[in-house]
Amino acid sequence: MSENKQPLTDLCDRCADIGPFVPAPDDDMIVCRCEEVTKGEIRKAVHAGLWTIAEIRRYLRCGMGLCQGQTCSKLVKGIVARELGVSPALLEPATSRAPMRPTEMQIIATESEVNF
Amino acid sequence: MKRVDLIVIGAGPAGLSAAIEASSRGLSTVVFDENARPGGQLFKQIHKFFGSKEHKAKIRGFRIGQTLLDEAGKAGVDVVLNATVMGIYMEKEVVVKIGEAIEHIKADAIIVATGASENMVTFKGWTLPGVIGAGAAQTMMNLHGVKPGNRILMLGTGNVGLVVSFQLLQAGCEVVALADAAPFIGGYGVHASKVARTGVPFYLSHTIVEAEGDDHVTGVTIAEVDSHFNFIPGTEKHFDVDTICVAVGLSPMSQLLKMAGCKMEDNPKRGGQVPIIDEHGATSVPGIFAAGDVAGIEEASSAMIEGRQAGLYAAQYLGYAEEDEFSKGEDELDAALSGLRQGMFAPGNKGKRIEKTDEGIPISQSLLHHGFVADDEIERFPGVTHRPGVHPVIECTQNIPCNPCQDACPKKCIAVGEKITTLPHINEDNPCVNCGMCVASCPGQAIFLIDEDCGDGTAEITLPYEFLPVPEKGSVGKALSRKGEPVCDATVVNLRTAKTFDQTVLLTMKVPKAYAMTARFFKAE
Amino acid sequence: MSTRLTTHPILGTYEKGPKVNFTYDGKPMTGYEGEPIAMALKAAGVMVHRYTSKKHSPRGIFCAIGRCTDCVMIVDGQPNVRTCMTPLKAGMTVQTQYGVSAEPFPELEEKA
Repeated sequence: MSENKQPLTDLCDRCADIGPFVPAPDDDMIVCRCEEVTKGEIRKAVHAGLWTIAEIRRYLRCGMGLCQGQTCSKLVKGIVARELGVSPALLEPATSRAPMRPTEMQIIATESEVNF
Repeated sequence: MKRVDLIVIGAGPAGLSAAIEASSRGLSTVVFDENARPGGQLFKQIHKFFGSKEHKAKIRGFRIGQTLLDEAGKAGVDVVLNATVMGIYMEKEVVVKIGEAIEHIKADAIIVATGASENMVTFKGWTLPGVIGAGAAQTMMNLHGVKPGNRILMLGTGNVGLVVSFQLLQAGCEVVALADAAPFIGGYGVHASKVARTGVPFYLSHTIVEAEGDDHVTGVTIAEVDSHFNFIPGTEKHFDVDTICVAVGLSPMSQLLKMAGCKMEDNPKRGGQVPIIDEHGATSVPGIFAAGDVAGIEEASSAMIEGRQAGLYAAQYLGYAEEDEFSKGEDELDAALSGLRQGMFAPGNKGKRIEKTDEGIPISQSLLHHGFVADDEIERFPGVTHRPGVHPVIECTQNIPCNPCQDACPKKCIAVGEKITTLPHINEDNPCVNCGMCVASCPGQAIFLIDEDCGDGTAEITLPYEFLPVPEKGSVGKALSRKGEPVCDATVVNLRTAKTFDQTVLLTMKVPKAYAMTARFFKAE
Repeated sequence: MSTRLTTHPILGTYEKGPKVNFTYDGKPMTGYEGEPIAMALKAAGVMVHRYTSKKHSPRGIFCAIGRCTDCVMIVDGQPNVRTCMTPLKAGMTVQTQYGVSAEPFPELEEKA
């Protein structure tokens, strides 16, 4: 971390200095169980300039597997926030979209004939 | 497209309560739940609930679930199971997957009661088969009668970790230890004590270094952490286990509300992303309400009241509730909810460390760090008194919203008073008739009936016993201390069961009288 | 190995459907109709449900309520079936899932 680092308060300020990526012993830890994304990959992505959960998701696919981030979204948020030196509460979570659960396209394309 | 007055999403304690309230006021209501069974997590809760009569206290969770289902049936609530809501769209159109097809349905109001999902922590090996959520353990043993494992380590000492540890013991599993990275136990002390007295050790300021195993868990190593949660080298402890159970909190499953455009906030006191709601459970979108854990993590008891509130307000919103009737219901529900939100574990106190009870008594440090009240601490609490003959000893040492003991005693020997969180105390003038109702009714299993001196050098201790096999009368074993260590020989002299005890056996053991105030559990030899 | 509970101090006995046969990786097994497939496997001591696509690491039951999708297997030829949510039926074919296929990864063939 550089000497005169200012605390990051505005996530739109992409010029802020968050310091260099420093390898850690647990970088090979799986965080997203479905897409098998590691902590190191997420940390590196932050240092590559991906500061929002939406960007990280699109870049690494964490939270985009079968479970749709049900298990890892809080973990990913924590890792990104820590890397940026901000509170996790400051990070906007990923966009909520339908379908909320893994659903086959065939089912989405089938309109019910009967009313339950 | 089908239309109804109200769609409730989630058939757990909050959703069912909301639907009952709304339906009984005349709203056409449909409840969708993605599971094959209604009731949410209630049917996995086999312990007696805290609270007072109005909160269904001292009734086991799964029985409350059955009552809710019966009420829903009577109120004509339409519960559609295996129905996964995929999205909430403009004009309150809900898209739901039922079976192999998609259904569109519109309502004038929506109550979202989707509950919570479990938090997780990462550690080396956390993806190995055998590392499971605490909810998974409950599902296996309490719904399906399958043991989650034989030797289990529990990570997390919040109420879920404590309650599930006890349930694992009840299912015949061996719990080798409970670990928690926090320096003190997060859940109710009484829940910790009933685990500790069976001999399970607590490791606070400890967390998992590694889950070991090739293609499933065969062991676990935990180690102490410093105040920055870094491992302290040399403090590692290894256990041979086949299962690691993780209970590190819950997060609201609020994605549907976010998708519906409700204003959200990240509120750590409520457990994460929650909708911003008013005191009626109304979100920023008119006609969309939230109730239960999705609006902030609490307990099933409060979820049921929040559900009723949301149902009532939805009825009012749609013009189904008369003003005076509405106010009456509103006042009752507000009072019931504020009753539950008192004491040292109230939502407002989350994360706070409380050193003294409301009565000014220092909290047991041993309880916070080891899960049991130490022998030299127990005497300072008002439920612990001495007199000749059989009398209750109430080892309830924290201000929690619970008072069934007061109602249980036919002789008014036990009092809590108006404020539900007050520590129970003994009315010295009133006799104890040794009926055992207090022992069986205490959801914390913290009441013992004790005859400190039977006149022949022995003492008799009656304790709640909820394990199998129940030892036979006359069987000999060891009396364990609050810490779970054998202190002396003990003989079972009486066993009582009754319908009102609801599966809790009252076991009376005879011990040398020197151990009257230290022996708290019986272990057969 | 995990076992089934026959009696429970609070719940008494468990209501189960009739006993049915199914196969797990070709081996004959029994379970109770209507219980989640994962429970029948757990009771029989099966821990590994699948091996992941990228790292070929083993996974099993994790959340048991259909959220995490770690317990997915190939059921009657269809991959990604959540075994913790899918009721067991007589004659089902249940297979370990490798990535999304029933074909073991080369280095795991011996184990399979």
